[in-house]
Amino acid sequence: MYYIDPHIHMVSRTTDDYETLAKMGCVAMSEPAFWAGFDRGSVESFRDYFRQLTEFEPKRAAQFGIQHYTWLCINAKEAENVALSREVIAMIPEFLNRPGVLGIGEIGLNKNTRNEATIFMEHLDLAVKFDQQILIHTPHLEDKFQGTRMILDMLCDDSRIDRSRVLVDHVEEHTVRYVLEEGFWAGMTLYPISKCTPQRAADIVEIHGPERLLVNSAGDWGPSKPTAVPDFILEMRRRNHPESLIRKVVYENPLEFFRQSQGFRFVPRDQEESSPVP
Amino acid sequence: MASNCPTPPPCPTPAAQVLNREFLEMRCKILELAASLDRLGRGGGSVVDDPRFAKLREAIGLLVESREDRAEQVQLLFSRPYDDDWQRQFNMHAAH
Repeated sequence: MYYIDPHIHMVSRTTDDYETLAKMGCVAMSEPAFWAGFDRGSVESFRDYFRQLTEFEPKRAAQFGIQHYTWLCINAKEAENVALSREVIAMIPEFLNRPGVLGIGEIGLNKNTRNEATIFMEHLDLAVKFDQQILIHTPHLEDKFQGTRMILDMLCDDSRIDRSRVLVDHVEEHTVRYVLEEGFWAGMTLYPISKCTPQRAADIVEIHGPERLLVNSAGDWGPSKPTAVPDFILEMRRRNHPESLIRKVVYENPLEFFRQSQGFRFVPRDQEESSPVP
Repeated sequence: MASNCPTPPPCPTPAAQVLNREFLEMRCKILELAASLDRLGRGGGSVVDDPRFAKLREAIGLLVESREDRAEQVQLLFSRPYDDDWQRQFNMHAAH
């Protein structure tokens, strides 16, 4: 089955992973900007990172027939540095018209601090000003419930936000309902230890239905599994769910969400095959 | 509680089949937990006053309750509380 991974950090993965993902049916992916594992020292570090996301990774993915898209921001962890964050936010528009850029993300909260909330709202302002879609990171473990509710407060307080163009990621059993009930898209991240497992993601689909739900691997430099979406597909099949339902969650839903972005120029695999070679 | 779709897809697998498939895995997880608790008991000192240990005991209690939202309840148990007055406390105001 063809699928799209809507959240994966390929800058942290090897070229072998691209090949494996292609073999498993991945036809497209989107890569949000995130924390590198250390705090970067200047806006120039982010400019180089955004070049990597918009220039290098799409080429690496294309070698294996995978269409690569990206989101730009300064992540929540580094948002504690308000001065640097504002420099990065001011620089982002240089990249917004580049091919493959879908919007602003992954913005959000980490430890639910005032500085993080301030920079989150300034990112929202940037997205509105440039008519960009938004991809949101919600905090981990004990901070997730509080942080997700705070994020929803800020989103819902801003009347300029089109909720159908916002994806709130890393939802779990205790947060998914709030996100969906407010009209946003919700992403389930399949991580080996923290976040969600393929089995629990399948449970959430059974409880809440497939509308506006996405699954992703968020494969990155930490313990993570870039092939987690195929694991979810397998779990759904083991439970005898129809192929049409699985395909909706792993392929049609990401397409529906991403197609709202001007930077999304997806070519379905079957159309690629029938197109004449120039 | 279904929030997203008026008719979410039910679990198409009968309970007996789920138990057949997951029994050994569930048994294994319970054994791992039992062994972890034994390890805590064998270790020097005591953690009975540690709030994390109290949370674990409370979570174990949730598992044997007759309800269908145990996973959500366990998540909430391990979560920091949400205060809807947070914006005032941060002296932040919605701009738009």
